[in-house]
Amino acid sequence: MNLDRISYILLICGLFVSGCTTRSELPSQQQALSSTTATIENKGSDTLVNLALAWAERYTGEHSEVHISVTGGGSGTGIAAMINGTVDIANASRAMKPEEITRAEANGISPVEIVVARDAIAIVAHPSNAVDQLTLAQISDIYTGKLVNWQQVGGADRPIVPLSRESNSGTYVYMLENVIRLGEKESELLFSPDTLLMASSEGISTEVRQNPNAFGYDGLGYVSPDQKVIAVARDESGPFVLPSVDTVNDGSYPISRPLFMYTAGEPQGAIKAYLDWVLSEGQAAVLELGFVPIHE
Amino acid sequence: MEREQVQRVGFVLLGLLALVVVLPILFVVGTIVVKGISAINVEFLLALPRDGMKTGGIFPAIVGTILLTLGTAAVAIPVGVGGAVYLAEYARDTRLTRAIRLAIINLAGIPSVVYGLFGLGLFVLFLKFGTSILAGSLTLAIMTLPIIISTSEEALRTVPSEFRTVNASLGGTRWQGIHNVVLPQALPGMITGVILGLLRAAGETAPILFTVAAFYLPRLPESVFDQTMALPYHLFVISTQVPGMPLEIQFGTALVLLTLVLSMNVLASIMRSYFRKRRQW
Amino acid sequence: MSVRKWLEFFIESGIRVLGFSSIGIVALIFLFLLREGLPVLVEVPVGNLFGVGWYPTFDQFGIVPLLLGSLLVTIVAILIALPLGVATAVYVREVAPNWAREILKPMIEVLAGIPSVVLGFFGITLLAPLVRETLGAPTGLTAFTGALILAYMALPTIISVAEDALDAVPKSYRDAGVALGATQWQTIWLVVVPAARSGIMTAVMLGIGRAIGETMAVMMVTGNAARLPLTLDSLFRPARTMTATIAAEMGEVAQGSIHYHALFGIAIILFLLTFAINLAAASTIFKKRRRGGLR
Repeated sequence: MNLDRISYILLICGLFVSGCTTRSELPSQQQALSSTTATIENKGSDTLVNLALAWAERYTGEHSEVHISVTGGGSGTGIAAMINGTVDIANASRAMKPEEITRAEANGISPVEIVVARDAIAIVAHPSNAVDQLTLAQISDIYTGKLVNWQQVGGADRPIVPLSRESNSGTYVYMLENVIRLGEKESELLFSPDTLLMASSEGISTEVRQNPNAFGYDGLGYVSPDQKVIAVARDESGPFVLPSVDTVNDGSYPISRPLFMYTAGEPQGAIKAYLDWVLSEGQAAVLELGFVPIHE
Repeated sequence: MEREQVQRVGFVLLGLLALVVVLPILFVVGTIVVKGISAINVEFLLALPRDGMKTGGIFPAIVGTILLTLGTAAVAIPVGVGGAVYLAEYARDTRLTRAIRLAIINLAGIPSVVYGLFGLGLFVLFLKFGTSILAGSLTLAIMTLPIIISTSEEALRTVPSEFRTVNASLGGTRWQGIHNVVLPQALPGMITGVILGLLRAAGETAPILFTVAAFYLPRLPESVFDQTMALPYHLFVISTQVPGMPLEIQFGTALVLLTLVLSMNVLASIMRSYFRKRRQW
Repeated sequence: MSVRKWLEFFIESGIRVLGFSSIGIVALIFLFLLREGLPVLVEVPVGNLFGVGWYPTFDQFGIVPLLLGSLLVTIVAILIALPLGVATAVYVREVAPNWAREILKPMIEVLAGIPSVVLGFFGITLLAPLVRETLGAPTGLTAFTGALILAYMALPTIISVAEDALDAVPKSYRDAGVALGATQWQTIWLVVVPAARSGIMTAVMLGIGRAIGETMAVMMVTGNAARLPLTLDSLFRPARTMTATIAAEMGEVAQGSIHYHALFGIAIILFLLTFAINLAAASTIFKKRRRGGLR
């Protein structure tokens, strides 16, 4: 019995000791691994993830001493990682909320916001769908569950299957605040519980592509030719506009927003060089992937 | 006669139900093989991903899975085998021992996503390891532990007590008996158990989602504090998050993962029957 | 003491420590879950927590739709897997000719080895569209699709434990049946299976435990809509399980936020549920062993 007790105590001590020592020995994630290579960790928005991927590929093609890792998970994921101090650049398709900034600063991190591209949110349905145009109010009603059949908006007698991103998505938050709540700060409307929450933009695309009942939203860069884009108007009188680079730039398309990258403090060194490139030569990739460059 | 007829119909019915179980398995594996085989070539297996991961290969994911499996083994095998030796050779039927068995049953039942959340909270955030192979391996190791302990303990228990008696009669201590006699005899069974545990670790996604996995990391990891790509996460990502990902590549990745896991399964089965024949009792 | 004795002492102490490690690890996990999950009971009013709306980014943490979602998918999965599993176990153990047995057993092991994400992948590419087209559901991403895949994932557990239970029935029982003039069929269903009752119950319990804890496959095919599955047609509508919720949301939580605590709270529920189920299953086995009989 004595031997057992001693061993158990040793085990507890061992766990404590290992927990204490490791924390002090860890290299900070922002330090270069060696004098010649730098690693930049980039996490967050799924809307941005393929653009971020393209940027990373092209930049590291020209600058092989830099390694960039890209991960998705939604704007919320990137911002949380920024607050937790575990990532270099957080991608977000929505602005950080004031509470998030406060929490970051409480952790000693001052987030710096950089607009890297702009995006139109396309409203999509199956190619066989007869509906061509919707007002913002109709879109809001579909997502809150007030409209449940395509017949109610001029289509066939089929149930509407509303698709959305998960709550960690900046696109989700943007849609909720600006389309469902129609921009009213006091509104408490929410996506109806019947809304399917897909893990990513591509999840929405997959369902829209094959299900004639589907109704979804996606960044313009995610819309493939096998999906139908619906023209949107601010109200019944207004012009029904399809999303494109031009209609975003002249403001006629009602659902568009900036895309951000956040860094902890002012970007320095390898990160600064990368972001400078993103804001200049990288903009060519923006256009290619279906997003809207920051300069006209 | 009627009873015979009922029996015949009954047997056919049972056979059909068994078929309902088996056919989908064949269909799933068959579909993945048929649709994925065209993507498999040397480049796919050994090259880095290119062009938004739509071309090129999945080498980093394969390497990542292997590294994570090795990391898991490094932690789970010593702890698991040690625990099994204790339970089989040293423990008496006390309340403490029953508590240990209860703990193992508990660990075996915990959902993989709870391990993932725990790993995120403890290793990534609290201990500040960050998303790293270290955090991922530790999480997977804890998840694999109960399998290794149970199978190793069973392997030790099947070694007949005569072996231990002979050791004692020759003047060996308990540890000498375990170390020189029992362990070698139990080794094949233990190796089988370890392989079964590791193949589960290799195929799991939820525990590595936020402890180690990277969406796109076009170089091999350089230290245990690095992120890495991994096959299960890679399959999840390319089938749900990348637009325009050729279906062929998705099925190809599924095929590689399936092949890895199933071949470990086959290996374990072969070892089990081979050593059962060569057993010395 | 000699060097060898010191060495043995250290090795044996090390083994003892490792022996207790499982208790230490379970305790660590449970305590850590409690530490990070209990605050949610303080931060979120009970009415909110047991409410019906799960909108964590807008301060609604109603876990009821998640609980019911998990329950729905699990129960339907077991309803499918139980007859299939028991029938297959009976077939393999009692009826099948040797050549069939040689094929069936490896097939079931193959099923046990297929990773969850592969089945989920198969679900979204092939099964969901099939469900939508043949069953006329608005979308193929439903509780039923998830339950179907879960059923197959739980099958190997159910089949192997049921098989063991049937194995444990002594030959004398079967001989008695034959001696009384019963056919093999009658013997199986009137004598053997009832005798293996508790073992089959154990198989079901372990199957339930497996199904409740499954994550990736359900996350990929159930649509993840946190709706209340109260009507019968909810089976063919999307649902959201507790496990999928954690997997989908754990990346976006800032350490120490209410949402973070809420996810750990759900994890505590899952931990306790699977603990209770596995404990019940294990105690049935222990009780049987100690009594030395079959029931």
